[in-house]
Amino acid sequence: MDLKQYQDVWVFIDCFQGHPKDVGYELLGQGRLLAEALKQKCCAVIIGENVDEAIKGATEYGADIIYVVRGEEYANYSADAYGHAFLELCEKYHPNTILIGATANGRDLGSKLAIRLKTGLTADCTALSVEEDTGNVVWERPAFGGNLYARILCSETRPQMGTVRPGAFKKPQKCQNKLPVMIREDIRTKQEDILTKVIDFIKANDESGIKLEEAEYIVAGGRGLKGAENFAMLKELADLLGGSVGASRAAVDAGWIPQSKQVGQTGKTVTPKVYIACGISGAVQHLAGMTESDTIIAINKDASAPIFEVADYGIVGDVFEMVPAMIKEMRISKNLEQ
Amino acid sequence: MNIVVCVKQVPDTTEIKIDPIKNTLIRQGVPSIMNPFDKNALEEAIQLKEQHSGSVTVISMGPEQAKATLREALSMGADKAYLVTDRAFGGSDTYATSYILSKVIEKLGPFDVILGGKQAIDGDTGQTAPSIAEHLGIARLTHIRSMKIDGNKCVVEREIEEGIEIVEAKLPILCTATKETNKPRYATIKGKIESLKADIENITLADLPNMDTTKIGLKGSPTRVKSTFIPERKSSCEMLEIVNPRETAKVLFGKLAEAKIL
Repeated sequence: MDLKQYQDVWVFIDCFQGHPKDVGYELLGQGRLLAEALKQKCCAVIIGENVDEAIKGATEYGADIIYVVRGEEYANYSADAYGHAFLELCEKYHPNTILIGATANGRDLGSKLAIRLKTGLTADCTALSVEEDTGNVVWERPAFGGNLYARILCSETRPQMGTVRPGAFKKPQKCQNKLPVMIREDIRTKQEDILTKVIDFIKANDESGIKLEEAEYIVAGGRGLKGAENFAMLKELADLLGGSVGASRAAVDAGWIPQSKQVGQTGKTVTPKVYIACGISGAVQHLAGMTESDTIIAINKDASAPIFEVADYGIVGDVFEMVPAMIKEMRISKNLEQ
Repeated sequence: MNIVVCVKQVPDTTEIKIDPIKNTLIRQGVPSIMNPFDKNALEEAIQLKEQHSGSVTVISMGPEQAKATLREALSMGADKAYLVTDRAFGGSDTYATSYILSKVIEKLGPFDVILGGKQAIDGDTGQTAPSIAEHLGIARLTHIRSMKIDGNKCVVEREIEEGIEIVEAKLPILCTATKETNKPRYATIKGKIESLKADIENITLADLPNMDTTKIGLKGSPTRVKSTFIPERKSSCEMLEIVNPRETAKVLFGKLAEAKIL
């Protein structure tokens, strides 16, 4: 394999019903950094039925080239249709690196592409860089529940591929007046080649408006919350901050809060401005999902809890005293209360 | 209905500790368990068998000690178990592992349904199962909440970030289970006793003559671990004393405001 034939960093813009997810834009930021290090282009790949919103977004977030495959067979994700379209693009344009968001569909697509292209795929990367002398991407990822991190290379084959969790990186700055090169490819997938068909969809009933991965403020609770009913005060504080409620695995396993709120290795990765950990001891598998937050505040009874090792501000105390006090002070500062 | 379940023996990652002086993982004394999501996959397989009759075969790739996990699977209700083990398989990444398992499934099959967990809690890639489907050239649906089979057709509820998709497909199919799929049963005493007597066959490279040996083990793996490290923790936590909670809250918000965080 002549690795030099393979050029450019591709980012898959994962969409749902025509709406692009943030992770695609987050990866355009990372793709740009890799592309600069490799002296190559950063490109977006858009597959769908309605692609206009994604094209607009990929343009704003600075893609040099946008590859678009349109067709009604791409209205819903299927490994077969999306895989076919993506593989055809790879065969024609030979990308060097492919970045995909580690969503349910992204992981699935990544696996399909890697097997068919006979190349390596590194899951859930948390840091990306380029080895100067070889041009290999260094894929950094947690393992063993975040207890250990590994740097992984795919040095013999191209494209080199990785998935990155939503929220692991921030979106880059939007750029003004940049016109990408548009490449529209007429790639169709026959109905009989699509083995799985989406026949219906039930929208998740998320009670709060702000998604955990997109929240700038997160108030999270753990075992120390002692029961489902006590998450109400976290919700109140989160609402005052304009944020969202998260939880540790212990609280989810206890059935106090749905799994969709879980932060950590088997839950979500979040990078808010402020993360307030209430009654969370800080098992590594939880830390793996939140240590990249800008500011971490920990409230825990146990002064030796590992959460304090990653926190910026620590309060050794009772969450049942501290959280209501914080709510009260917030309300006063907002003139909601005297 | 013939079903095969891929299970992995994993260290209980919640029990892993870091040696604070050497800064290395302490794996000694950490219990090995069946990957929790694989247990959901196995439970789903047993339920399908109960509804449609047939058999449940369990396979696991790993060292001899992984037989403990296979025995646990048998005690829960699996009919047959095979350990996929060979020195030549060592060092396989998800590409090579999924290739080897696809060859094992071809050898033991044909199967109508292949099940696995959505990810293993040690590697956490979630790639091996869908990659097996790709090697076999069959349909796959990851992260399923439930599955119903009628004749040669199945209808699956699939969890995605936005909600639940109802997806239809023909058999054979590979699906991956999540925590929401079901509640795994406990083994019965009788099942436990019988599983101890069960003969678990090894499947080695010699049993898989169709294997392309350039695709297995460390040599057949496109990815390689360059280095590993224990994540550093910043230890610059500023501790706030509690005189009374509201004072502390005030001090905290004051500091956040000062740092232009709030």
